[in-house]
Amino acid sequence: MTAYALETKSVIKTYNSDSGVIQAVDDVSLQVAAGEFVALVGPSGSGKTTMLSILAALLQPSSGQILLDGQDLSGMDDRERVSLRREKIGFTFQANNLVPYLSAVENVELMLRLNGRLDKAGKLRARELLARLGLGERLNNLPGQMSGGQQQRVAIARALIHNPSLVLADEPTASLDTERAYQVVETFAGLIHEQGRAGIMVTHDLRMCEYVDRVLQMQDGRLVRIYTGHDEIMKELVQGGRH
Amino acid sequence: MRQMLSISSYLAVKEVWRNRGRFLLVSLVIALITLLVLFIAALGEGLGNGNREYISKLDAELIVYQAKSDTVIAASRLGRNRLAAVRRVEGVADAGMLGTSSASLLPPNDAEPIKVALLGVEPGHTGEPPVVQGARLSTDLAQEAIIDANTAYRSKLQVGDTLTLRVTQGTRDEFYDLRIVGITGGQQFQLQPSIFVPFYTWDRIRPKSEAEINGSTPVANVLLVKLKDPTQAEAVSARLAAQVDNIEIATIRQAIEALPGYSAQLSTLNTQGGFTLFIGILVIGGFFQIQILQKVAQIGVLKAIGTANPVVAAAAIIQIVVVTVIGVAIGGLLSFLLSLTFPPTVPIIFNGATSALAIVALLLIGPLGGLVSIRYAVRIEPLKALGLSS
Repeated sequence: MTAYALETKSVIKTYNSDSGVIQAVDDVSLQVAAGEFVALVGPSGSGKTTMLSILAALLQPSSGQILLDGQDLSGMDDRERVSLRREKIGFTFQANNLVPYLSAVENVELMLRLNGRLDKAGKLRARELLARLGLGERLNNLPGQMSGGQQQRVAIARALIHNPSLVLADEPTASLDTERAYQVVETFAGLIHEQGRAGIMVTHDLRMCEYVDRVLQMQDGRLVRIYTGHDEIMKELVQGGRH
Repeated sequence: MRQMLSISSYLAVKEVWRNRGRFLLVSLVIALITLLVLFIAALGEGLGNGNREYISKLDAELIVYQAKSDTVIAASRLGRNRLAAVRRVEGVADAGMLGTSSASLLPPNDAEPIKVALLGVEPGHTGEPPVVQGARLSTDLAQEAIIDANTAYRSKLQVGDTLTLRVTQGTRDEFYDLRIVGITGGQQFQLQPSIFVPFYTWDRIRPKSEAEINGSTPVANVLLVKLKDPTQAEAVSARLAAQVDNIEIATIRQAIEALPGYSAQLSTLNTQGGFTLFIGILVIGGFFQIQILQKVAQIGVLKAIGTANPVVAAAAIIQIVVVTVIGVAIGGLLSFLLSLTFPPTVPIIFNGATSALAIVALLLIGPLGGLVSIRYAVRIEPLKALGLSS
């Protein structure tokens, strides 16, 4: 039996609205292994953002189980979920990723600081990681002094610096041009594979699926198809370009 | 707890430092509010002091007024027979007559006349102020005067000089020369610098109506009573009321509060100070609320990556406290520097206790004003802030 870094079992999320009950996520079960980079795709309203929020411990599912390193998220209270996000999850968001008054290196170190693990070795690691992401000359730049691509790379470094089990990326390339988008996702995928993290990227841009190991396609809240293997992804999604 | 404070301080200080121009502006607004509050407090203290200074420094515990004078000194008239009766009451160590009126002091260098309080006191008895320079009054009829420090400062008169007073008696202006034998400390009476003269000299030179000019019985306004045991004020008051006819008695505190305009003046200034503090709360509250609204997404990111609510709240509080402390420090320094430029004639006194109270109140307006924004920051939902909620 494979031990997955992340596993969900029959996750359901419903909302009450004026027009009745909306099933945003409908019985989704998935698994992501350590060192695996997965894309979550689907049209707007398919439930992928809700699913990402649930996996990020930002939203409670209506039912079902989410196991991260074998720990069930669904039964956790607010405080436990905050700790879990701080210790075991790394994030990059679409925009407003960084704390604007902290420099690139301070933004990365913040995760170590929050976890009480900022020491000399940690500081060195933050600098090395940023240098590896091509930001060695930008360590002390504030976010406002960097381009969108550079900011995303700082966010990637921040998402990985504290050795999380799960790394989540919400549309990390949404505000980037094609060339930079490819660079960012390629680097991201490389680090996830190298460091053995479980990575999930929500994206609208199917071209970015070139760098993932599996693609999970959602529609109307359900997981409707899983693309596995580089050839299938390239043939069916990237070149075919359909959801 | 220690780690929480360390992260909060780090975030708060970094933000203030990296946006120091913006935060300094708020600190300067707080500095101006501080300046205003401290000056209102100092003005209140100065005016209050100018009104009560002589009374508050009296070596007496009780003041005896004519009955039904409503403890208003100018409305009270008491003759020498009452003084004798008061001195006989058990528990009274000494009593002295006090006559009050106004006069114009003509400075020697043809400068503008100075309005002064002309006070008649009995040499050697309660009511005569201690001198810091020169000697005390010699006899009840001596052509002598003790001037207070304010009179000396304004007129440049010194011990040994002769002062000239102009008073109106009947329909004529009369001029009286008195030799200055001593200078006492600040002894303002009802916001006027004061001149103390022997009681019978006072009765002779004080402003009078035509009917009073030929009057022969000197009448004081009030009697100042010093007790053998100051803790027995209540008991001696009761004895005085029982044994002396047609009088009413007040403690020094009651007498001060009954001074014309004193309470109204203080409450006006206190209200002004209170409103200024209230405006300060609104200004600081408004600034931090706008600031929090501008950083909803940023706080959302912080919370999403695992920053606990207490850290967010503590960072906001530390930031508010830092900005407020800097503002109050600048304001305090400005007030001090500005106060050095005021001549002593301006009724502004930076009393330690009053200023400290004002500073504590000013330090509290930051956190108070920021309460709403802190509450708002704590309630920010990372999902909504990051646009992840559908």
